[in-house]
Amino acid sequence: MMELHRFPGGIHPDEQKAQSAARPIHAAFVPKKLVVPLRQHIGQPAKPVVQVGEHVLKGQMIAEADGYVSVAIHAPSSGTVTDIGLAAVPHPSGLPDLCITIATDGKDEWMARTPVDWRNTDPAALRGHVRDMGIVGLGGAVFPSSIKLDPAGNPPIHTLVLNGGECEPWITCDDRLMRECAEDILEGARIMQHLLGASRVIAGIEDNKPEAIAAMRAAAQKLGLAVEVAAMPTIYPGGGGKQITKTLTGLDTPSGGRTTDVGVQVFNMGTSYALARAILHGEPLISRIVTVTGHVLRPQNYEVLIGTPMRELLLRAGERDGTTGIIMGGPMMGFDVPNPDVPVVKSTNCVLAKSAELFPPKPRELPCIRCTQCVPVCPAELQPQQLYWFARAKDLGKAQEYHLFDCIECGCCSYVCPSHIPLVDYYRFAKSEIWAREKEKRLADTARDRHEFRLFRQEREKKEKAERLAAKAQTKKAEAPVLSTPEQDAKQKLIQEALARAQAKKAAVSPKNVDNLSPVKQAEIAEIEARRAKIRAIAKQPVEPEQP
Amino acid sequence: MLTAILVMAGIAVAVGAVLGFAALRYKVEGDPLVEKIDAILPQTQCGQCGFPGCRPYAEAIAKGEADINLCPPGGEEGVKKLAELLGVEPKPLDESHGVQKPKSVAFIDESLCIGCTLCIQACPVDAILGAAKQMHTIIAAECTGCELCVAPCPVDCISMVPLKEDVGNWKWKYPVFKLKQVA
Repeated sequence: MMELHRFPGGIHPDEQKAQSAARPIHAAFVPKKLVVPLRQHIGQPAKPVVQVGEHVLKGQMIAEADGYVSVAIHAPSSGTVTDIGLAAVPHPSGLPDLCITIATDGKDEWMARTPVDWRNTDPAALRGHVRDMGIVGLGGAVFPSSIKLDPAGNPPIHTLVLNGGECEPWITCDDRLMRECAEDILEGARIMQHLLGASRVIAGIEDNKPEAIAAMRAAAQKLGLAVEVAAMPTIYPGGGGKQITKTLTGLDTPSGGRTTDVGVQVFNMGTSYALARAILHGEPLISRIVTVTGHVLRPQNYEVLIGTPMRELLLRAGERDGTTGIIMGGPMMGFDVPNPDVPVVKSTNCVLAKSAELFPPKPRELPCIRCTQCVPVCPAELQPQQLYWFARAKDLGKAQEYHLFDCIECGCCSYVCPSHIPLVDYYRFAKSEIWAREKEKRLADTARDRHEFRLFRQEREKKEKAERLAAKAQTKKAEAPVLSTPEQDAKQKLIQEALARAQAKKAAVSPKNVDNLSPVKQAEIAEIEARRAKIRAIAKQPVEPEQP
Repeated sequence: MLTAILVMAGIAVAVGAVLGFAALRYKVEGDPLVEKIDAILPQTQCGQCGFPGCRPYAEAIAKGEADINLCPPGGEEGVKKLAELLGVEPKPLDESHGVQKPKSVAFIDESLCIGCTLCIQACPVDAILGAAKQMHTIIAAECTGCELCVAPCPVDCISMVPLKEDVGNWKWKYPVFKLKQVA
């Protein structure tokens, strides 16, 4: 039995896992319409590579990774692309985002699947393949796995942790996956270990999942893998990356750092499973296990195609009257989706139907009384009451000084707050405000650089032009004496003489059309002149205002 | 007596040498105050303040020749930051130089563009791509929204499009109480 350590803080919320954990995973079904968002991972959204009207096969890449921090997106089932445009997505903002909509044909026809011989593949190429298979962390952060599998960092990775904590209440998708697909999970872990060069693999599972622990141990024995399966005490948020690292290895992640800074890389069980499916079976990440629970008749885990509307899941699990909304994720860290038609995405581990009984509206927020009950429960050892103070006062600099960015938004502080203050909302506000300002600053710096370069360029062009003109003048001067031949001089002289003659002639002749006029003509001219003078006089008078 | 004078003179020479060396070694290039002011200005380079760009305005503020409330893109917040830096009282934005607008980027209606390059010459950050008698387009990521390209366009094909909030640039809102109406 390995030695376990205790991370600071944590709480024991009501587990609510029994409802959905008892039933096996329901096989995937194909809905009529799949709405696949292009931004399902951290980083750049994927770039579409299909067109409206195109027929796609199950598993076909429909959008490619755009840059290093990005992954590809695949068609979850065969059908026709009907739309590439804005559609509702599960996002706390409730704003629509770019999605590819596929009308399925019901055939669920796979494209050609090719397994990869990962032992004899160049690691960089293998990581590229992982990216093109759309693999991201399925624990909730959806960070591209290809980047996490790169051991280039310092220090080298000595331990690979398989995260089976699943500490959030209600959620049981990893529990069921471990019970039913333990071997695939461990096959994935084998590939991860190969890529990372880790000497040790530990699977950390909270002790409220004894069946999963037993299944994982049996699978490890069967495959002959040296995976240590540890039963961890059930404490929320024991499944956080830094927390599970502390529990299993005793290593503390430095402030502002990652677990890789202490040589530990953490992957979710679902990610390991998805990796095994991708490498060993050639199946890209097009489905995941989702816990459908809460205010439904038959809470259960489903294998769900990415892009399936959440409403379909509620219908299958038995929608009940009095559903007041859907939370994506758990009650601690999840968020309300804007409407039940939003699709399941790679980060959807749970679809939690709300009702007034299960999730009564939060009592009114009261002033902070500085009781500091939030301090001992904070797993990041922060001072939530101070952070709240600074975030509320929009004193962002001070909030950063108090390590705002070490906050993992687990919600323990809000859970214990006797004043029911939505503390995490304040931290999220402060974080996104700081990010926005940093981005603005970067843009301003770019604008300054570009403006300065433009000024420099204009100056340079002016100088170059002046130099060119000077050089031209120089050559002209040099050429000038060559032009002045006696022949030319003679020509010039002739021109001068002709001009002089013309001048003399002009002076001698005067216009004749007003000479020797008859008196009649003279009178006519005088009359015209008089008329002109009169008009001029009228024009000079100020304009009279019009009579009403 | 003489020794004392010599010692004092020696110290003076030594200290003078150190100071002289330090003045040369740690010489500050440019005016640090201008840099600090320039860092606060939004770098829109729009010239609404009456100076040809943000840096000239920063220099004018540093010299005390310009007021701190002439920059509409910086808004009230910018004025406040400048006031804090310079230790003066913040004041409302001078609206004779324009009002603060939501951040926008220019957009060229490419079906109308005749390829005259006038907008390219006007753009202070070289954010317009094109050549004579070729269609032009805005590099949206580089556009500061200064509007300097709008006026020179002979066919009025440039419009300013306010930046819309999307999933990529969305920010968590400041938590607010939802007031419940009671009877």
